[in-house]
Amino acid sequence: MTPRERILQRVRSALGHGAGYTLPPPPPVRLRVPEVSLETRIASMTARLEALAGRVVRVESPEAAGHWVGQAIENRTAIVSNAPYLEACGITSLPAVRSGIDKRESLRALTATADVGITSADYALADTGTLVMLSSPQEARVISLLPPTHIAVLPCSRLLTGLDELFSVLPEPASVSSSMVLITGPSRTADIEQILVRGVHGPGQITVVLVG
Amino acid sequence: MSYEFDRHIHNALTDSRLQQAIYTATGRLKDARLAVVSEDVLPDYQELRSHANALKQHTIDHLDYYIELFERNVEAHGGRVVFCESASEVSDFVLSLAKERGAQLIVKSKSMTTEEIDLNERLEHHGLESVETDLGEYILQLAHERPYHIVAPALHKTRYDVAQILTDRLNAPHDPVIENQTALARSVLRRKFLAADIGISGANFLVADSGAIVLVENEGNARLTTSVPRIHIAIAGIEKLIPRAQDLAVFLKLLARSATGQLLSVYTSFLSGPRRAGEIDGPDEFYVVFLDNGRTRLLEDVERRQSLYCIRCGACLNTCPVYRKIGGHSFPWVYSGPIGAILTPQFMGVAKEPGLPFASSLCGACAEVCPVKIDIPKVLLDLRSEVVESQARLPQNRLEKLAFRVFAWLARHPRAYEMAGRFAASLASSEDGRWIGKLSPAFNIGPIRAWLNERDLPPPPPRTFRQLWRQR
Repeated sequence: MTPRERILQRVRSALGHGAGYTLPPPPPVRLRVPEVSLETRIASMTARLEALAGRVVRVESPEAAGHWVGQAIENRTAIVSNAPYLEACGITSLPAVRSGIDKRESLRALTATADVGITSADYALADTGTLVMLSSPQEARVISLLPPTHIAVLPCSRLLTGLDELFSVLPEPASVSSSMVLITGPSRTADIEQILVRGVHGPGQITVVLVG
Repeated sequence: MSYEFDRHIHNALTDSRLQQAIYTATGRLKDARLAVVSEDVLPDYQELRSHANALKQHTIDHLDYYIELFERNVEAHGGRVVFCESASEVSDFVLSLAKERGAQLIVKSKSMTTEEIDLNERLEHHGLESVETDLGEYILQLAHERPYHIVAPALHKTRYDVAQILTDRLNAPHDPVIENQTALARSVLRRKFLAADIGISGANFLVADSGAIVLVENEGNARLTTSVPRIHIAIAGIEKLIPRAQDLAVFLKLLARSATGQLLSVYTSFLSGPRRAGEIDGPDEFYVVFLDNGRTRLLEDVERRQSLYCIRCGACLNTCPVYRKIGGHSFPWVYSGPIGAILTPQFMGVAKEPGLPFASSLCGACAEVCPVKIDIPKVLLDLRSEVVESQARLPQNRLEKLAFRVFAWLARHPRAYEMAGRFAASLASSEDGRWIGKLSPAFNIGPIRAWLNERDLPPPPPRTFRQLWRQR
């Protein structure tokens, strides 16, 4: 017998599951999605993220988002994901940014030295100040991870209320991507004497630009 | 109680700096949790707990079904599931994979399961470099210590201890500034991440309907571990399964709140298989190691089975009056606190440390804070009776039995009882409760001494109830 067979057999005999065993239905899914106005969601997103020392900026249009990002990165080096929304905002054509990279090795080398990583996000969660990032040809995993600063630009329409709404609109994240990451504030640790230090492995600064 | 256990407890109790560190850290975590589970900020908290308990009970009661469902879904996304019965099977798997792929350097994110099987030591024994990347775990790896706490592993170290460790192990200049220590660890570990061949993580949850593992963390080291190296291996106990991705809406709300008082941890990664066609980065190979290591034995008892519901939040440690005094390293195995007191005897046998199930006041605080409602005191009582049964023939227990028989006889004979009461009163030499520890050497012998030393008793009043009654 293989370890697999032995483990399964032990589980079955411990649980007393014989030949006629049938699975009862699991407890029902528990998702409660409240009705919350956009302005309230934006206010909550802002308050939650600012409480974690992140930042939320609201701009009127994609052009204004591009302009804001251009000023925010100033003379720093920035790497921009392949999200079409960022191109629509004119961020890919800003000076001193690199974009359009689709090879893992070159992306990693560039991202490891860049000052700023700029991405879009698939959703944001207002209740907790969270960004939801699905890995894809448009969004690599490391741009929101390796540089010390992360800027995410997304339209207001992607701002959900919270986890319950996320798992209502996306019941099976595995069907669309190998990786879904929820990002709630800057990277942090309190491992030494419970003292909070930001930017331990991931970005120490995070800004969410909400458009519209 | 073993000599070892007794000595560790004694050392912890007499170290005033350590007492302060444990008390402050657990107190902060405890208060942080309370602030985010109160009625006004999370009105459905109790309902979430009950739901989480029902989900865990359902999954554990039908674990065979969910193991196979998870396995099918991991394979459908191009990953592989490896079943391991013991610690050595896990290290054998990692070693042979590393050999086949020519891998030398492994980065690891925090995982209690890999602590349980001493994975780093086993890999390093065979010449691989396996680096812990969680800041607290990294410091402990440098210091060759095991975690002090399930979520705050280096809780017992001060900034000065850390400065010394970094100086000794990395030749860094002595620097007690925590920000600088963190920055140093970041730069050392960043190089490791970029050079690593394999990333090894644990898993907070295994999602059966998705074939996905879920990792919850604050630093970003788990994201780096699972995104940068070419190979990702997740090692998890079979009990980490939950039925559906949608159930995470319940568990994620409870986990970070119970652990650190956060609404959500900074990073929650939901990972299902290697990178897919077109995805720019992520691992090429994805393995999930299903570890038994004694878990199937725990399943056999319907009552004790609930020990496997644990989601490792550490809330029971922070609230436990015993953990808060004796600390994490007094416990005989990697799992400490109330949850450790029920897991260790079941994994290792009650003989490993017979005193462990008794190291509790049964106050019930642990059960009250447990986000999945494990009835820890009930399991402790069950384990106590197992210890007592297994030790019935030991000389000390025979002596205890004799003492109770004498007491029973006294209680049935009023005259003798009265005389014994007067005699006891005459022994009380001082006003405070410590008098029983200072009794004449005639009583202060063998097992009685140990019993008397650890207890106090208010001195009896000068006159007994019977005397008062007669004089009324």
